[in-house]
Amino acid sequence: MNNIDSYLFISSMLFCLGLFGVITRRNAIAVLMGVELILNAANINFIAFSKFNGMNLDGHIFGLLVIVLAAAEAAVALAIIINIYNNMNTINVDEAAELKR
Amino acid sequence: MIENPMISFPLLILFLPLLSFLILIFFGKRLPRQGDWVAVGSIVFTFLLAVYLFVQMLMNYNPDFSNSASISWIDLGAFKINLGILIDNLTIVMLLIVTLVSSCTHIFSLEYMKGDIRYNRYYAYLGLFTFSMNGIVLADNLISMYMSWELVGVSSYLLIGHWFEKDSAANASKKAFLTNRVGDIGFFIGIMLLYSAVGAFAFSPIFESISTGESIAGATLTIAGLGIFMGAVGKSSQFPLHIWLPDAMEGPTPVSALMHAATMVAAGVYMCVRLFPIFTPGALTVIAYVGGITAILAAITAITQNDIKKVLAYSTVSQLGFMVLAVGTGVYTAAFFHLLTHAMFKANLFYCSGSVIHSMHHALHEAHDHDTDPQDMRNMGGFKEKMPVTYYSMLISTLAIAGVPLFSGFLSKDAILAGTLAFAQHHPEHFLLPLFGFSAAAITAFYMFRLIFMTFHGKPNMKSIFKDIHESPNVMTGPIVLLGTLSFFIFYTLPSNFNPIKDKGWFTDLIVPRNSSVPGSLTANEIAEYAHHAHYLAMGLSIAVASVGILLAVLMYFTKTLSAKNISARFGFLYDWSLNKFYFDENYNRFLYQPFMRLANTVSWIDWEFYDKYFINGFGRLTKLFSNASGKFDYDGIDQGLVDGFGRVSGIAGKFLRNIQTGRLQNYLLFVVAGILVIIIAQAF
Amino acid sequence: MAELVFWTIAALTIMSAAFVVLNNQLIYSAVALLFTLFGVAGLYIFLWADFIAGIQILVYVGGILVLVIFGIMLTNKIKSVRISHKSMQQGVGGVVSFWFFIFLFIALTKAPWAISDAIEPIGTVRGIGVLLLTDYLLPFEIISLLLLGALIGAAVLSRGES
Repeated sequence: MNNIDSYLFISSMLFCLGLFGVITRRNAIAVLMGVELILNAANINFIAFSKFNGMNLDGHIFGLLVIVLAAAEAAVALAIIINIYNNMNTINVDEAAELKR
Repeated sequence: MIENPMISFPLLILFLPLLSFLILIFFGKRLPRQGDWVAVGSIVFTFLLAVYLFVQMLMNYNPDFSNSASISWIDLGAFKINLGILIDNLTIVMLLIVTLVSSCTHIFSLEYMKGDIRYNRYYAYLGLFTFSMNGIVLADNLISMYMSWELVGVSSYLLIGHWFEKDSAANASKKAFLTNRVGDIGFFIGIMLLYSAVGAFAFSPIFESISTGESIAGATLTIAGLGIFMGAVGKSSQFPLHIWLPDAMEGPTPVSALMHAATMVAAGVYMCVRLFPIFTPGALTVIAYVGGITAILAAITAITQNDIKKVLAYSTVSQLGFMVLAVGTGVYTAAFFHLLTHAMFKANLFYCSGSVIHSMHHALHEAHDHDTDPQDMRNMGGFKEKMPVTYYSMLISTLAIAGVPLFSGFLSKDAILAGTLAFAQHHPEHFLLPLFGFSAAAITAFYMFRLIFMTFHGKPNMKSIFKDIHESPNVMTGPIVLLGTLSFFIFYTLPSNFNPIKDKGWFTDLIVPRNSSVPGSLTANEIAEYAHHAHYLAMGLSIAVASVGILLAVLMYFTKTLSAKNISARFGFLYDWSLNKFYFDENYNRFLYQPFMRLANTVSWIDWEFYDKYFINGFGRLTKLFSNASGKFDYDGIDQGLVDGFGRVSGIAGKFLRNIQTGRLQNYLLFVVAGILVIIIAQAF
Repeated sequence: MAELVFWTIAALTIMSAAFVVLNNQLIYSAVALLFTLFGVAGLYIFLWADFIAGIQILVYVGGILVLVIFGIMLTNKIKSVRISHKSMQQGVGGVVSFWFFIFLFIALTKAPWAISDAIEPIGTVRGIGVLLLTDYLLPFEIISLLLLGALIGAAVLSRGES
C-alpha cells in the first residue's frame, strides 16, 4: 500500500486480464469491456507514479484525459457496434469476418 | 532586356511565323478557310513590326547601331553554346525584305493556291520558312545560323515538292535538298575549323580572334572561309552547285518568288556579307571567280530558255553571281544593296510570271487543253492589252534588272561593277572579272527583254485560248503593283539624294562597309576609294552594255529585223550549250552519278552474293542449331524443373500460409502479442 | 487496518475483472465490471487521488457502464433467455496473457523506479484545475473538441440510413 510495486502488480494483472478478454471474447461489447480494463490499468499506473513522484499532479491530468478518451471511445464504439448489428444481425466479431473475403 | 522593343520585336518577328506553322500544321484542316488567315495575319503583323524597326533605324540614322541578346543553351564547363540574336542595320533591312516579300507571297497565294488540296500545309510551310529565314538573319553565332540554315533547306524541300504527285516536282525537291547538302558539309567543316581554332561560335569573338592573327591565320583561315563559302555556294546556287535552282521552279510560283528569288537564295549572300571579315584575300579571289563564272554562265543559259520561269531562274542565278562577285571583290555592301533591290524586282518578276501562268492555266482549262505547257513562252504573245497591270509592272522590274537609270537595279549593279572594275585596275591579272560582269549585264538586258517581247508583244501564238486570258484578281495584282513601285530608284536614295545615277541615300549612309578582320587586308576606306575612282567609267560602261543588250533584243524579237534562227545557226555550238544549260546535268549524271551508281551496285553485289550468302547465312545456320539445342535445354531443364518448380513450391506454401489469414481481428491481435513476447525474450536473453 | 482494506479492494478488483473476462453471461460481465471500476476508484483513494476517484465513478460507472448495458440490451433479442456468448482461443490466449503478465512482473520488480516521498495534499481539485487552465490548456481544449467529435460521430453512426 505504501510502495509502488503493489500498485504496479495490480495494474499489470488488470492489464493482462483485459488483454485476455480482448483476445478471447467473441462478443464485441465484451471486447469493449476488455479494452476498458486495459485503460483502467494504464490509469492506475499514471496515478501511482504521480503519487510516488512527490505528488506530481501531471499524472492526474493524464488520468483525466484517459478517462475522457475512454468515454469518447466507448460512445463511438457502441455506435459502430449497433450499426454492425443492424447490418449483420450479429455482433460476434468472428462472424463479422469481412476481412477474410 | 525583353522590354526593349529592339530585342522583343525581332523575337516576335522570329517566333510568330513559327506559331502560325504549329497552329496550321496541327489544326489547319479544322479552321475556317483552312486557317490561311492565321498565316496571313501573323506575317502581316511581323511585317508591321519590321516596318517599325526600319522606321526606328531611319530615325536614329546611326550606322553603328548594334544590339544583341543571348541565352545560354548548352553549358558543359569548357564547352559553351549561347543562342542569341544580333540586331544591327543589316539585320533590320534584311528582316524588312523577308517579311515584306513573305507577306506579298502570302497574299498572292490566297488567289494563286485557291482550292489546292494541301492548302493549309502550304501556308504552314510558308510560316516555317519565314521562321527559319528570320533565324538566319537574326543569328549572332554560327551554330544557330547553321540550324536555321538547315531548317530553310527543309522548308525549301517541302515547298518545292508541294505537288509531290508530279515526279518532276518530287525529283526537283530531292535534287535541291541533296545539292544543298553538298554545300552544307563545307559550311559545317568551316564552322568547326573556326571553332577549333577560336573556341567560340559567336561572330564578334571570332572576328576579334582573327584580327589578332594568333589563333587562326593563313591557309587554315582561307580553308575555313572557303568552307563557309561552300554553304553559300549551295544555298545561293553558285557554280558548280547551281543546278538545283532552275529545277526548283517545279514549286508553286509564289514560293519561287519568295524563296528562290528574293530571300532563301539570298541567304548565302547575306551570310557572306555578315561574315565578310573572316575571308582572306585568297578566299575572296576564289569567291569572286565563282561569282563571275556563275553570272556569265547563267546569263548565257537564260538566253535560249523558253520556259518563262526557267528564264527567271537562270536570271536569279546570274544576279546571285553578281552579288557573290561583289563580295569577292570587297564591295560587300554593294552586294547587300543588290540583294535588297534584287529581292524587290525579282520577286515582282516572279509574281508577274505567276500572274501570267495563272491566267494561261485558266484559259487552257477553259479550252480543255491539258497538254499545252502554260509556262512556255512560245505559247504566249500579245498579252499586253489583256493584262496591262502585270505588263507595266513587269516592264518596270525588267528595266530595273537590266540596269537602266531611274530604276533601283541600276544603282546596285553599278556599285558592283564599279567595285569589280576597281579591283581589276589594282590587280590587272584578274581582268576577267569585270569582263564577266559587264558581259553578264549586257546579256541580262537582252534575255529579259526577250522575255517581255515574247510574252506581251507581237501576235498571240495560241489564238484558241487568247480570248480567255484575263488580268488577275486584286489580291494578285496588289503585291505586283507594290513591288513594281519599289523598283524605282527613289526608295533607295531618300532622304537626301534625288539624282537617279548617284547611289547615295539611306542605304549607303546606314550600311557602311567594315574593315576585314584578316590582318593585311585592304581597309574598307581603301576599297571605297578605289571603287569611287572607277565609278564613272563603270557607269558609262554599264549604261552602254545595257543599251546594247536591249537594242539587240528589240531588233531580234520586237521588230524582227534580225532573225534569231540565223544567229543561232551561226553560233551553233554556243546555242547548243546554252539551250542544254552547258550540259551540267548531263555531265554530273555521267561523271558523278553514274560512276557512283556503278560503284554502289558493285558493292551491293559483293555484299549480297558473297558476304551475305556465305558469312551471314552461315552464321545464321550455326546460330540456329545452337539455339535449338539451347532451347531444348532451356525448356526441359530450366523451365520445367527450376522455374516451374519454384512456382509449385510457392503455390503450396501459399495455400498453406493462407490458412493463417483467418480474417479475425483477435487472431491477429494474438499474433501481435505473441510477437511482442518473442521480441521481449530475444531482448532479455 | 488500512493495509487490510487495501488488499481487500485489490482482491475485489482483480477477481471481478477476471469474472468480466471469463463469465459467459454478458449481463453478469457488465455487473462484474461495475465492481472492478469501483475497486479501481478505491485504489485511487489510496493514491490520494480524490478527484480522479470521483471522476472514475461519475464517468465510468455513471456513463460508460450504462452505455455498455444499453449496448447489450440493444444488440440482443430481449426474448432470448440467456444473453450469453462463448469465448474462443481461450487456451492459447491464456498462455500468452499469462506469460505477458510474468514478463511485466519481472520488469516491475527489477526496474529501479525513481521514487520520491511526498506529504499528503489537502485535496487535488485546485491543483488539477490550475494545471488544466495553465500548462495543459491546449490539450484540454483539444480533448474537448475530441469529445464533441465523438458525440457527433456517435450520433451520426447510430442514426442509421435515412
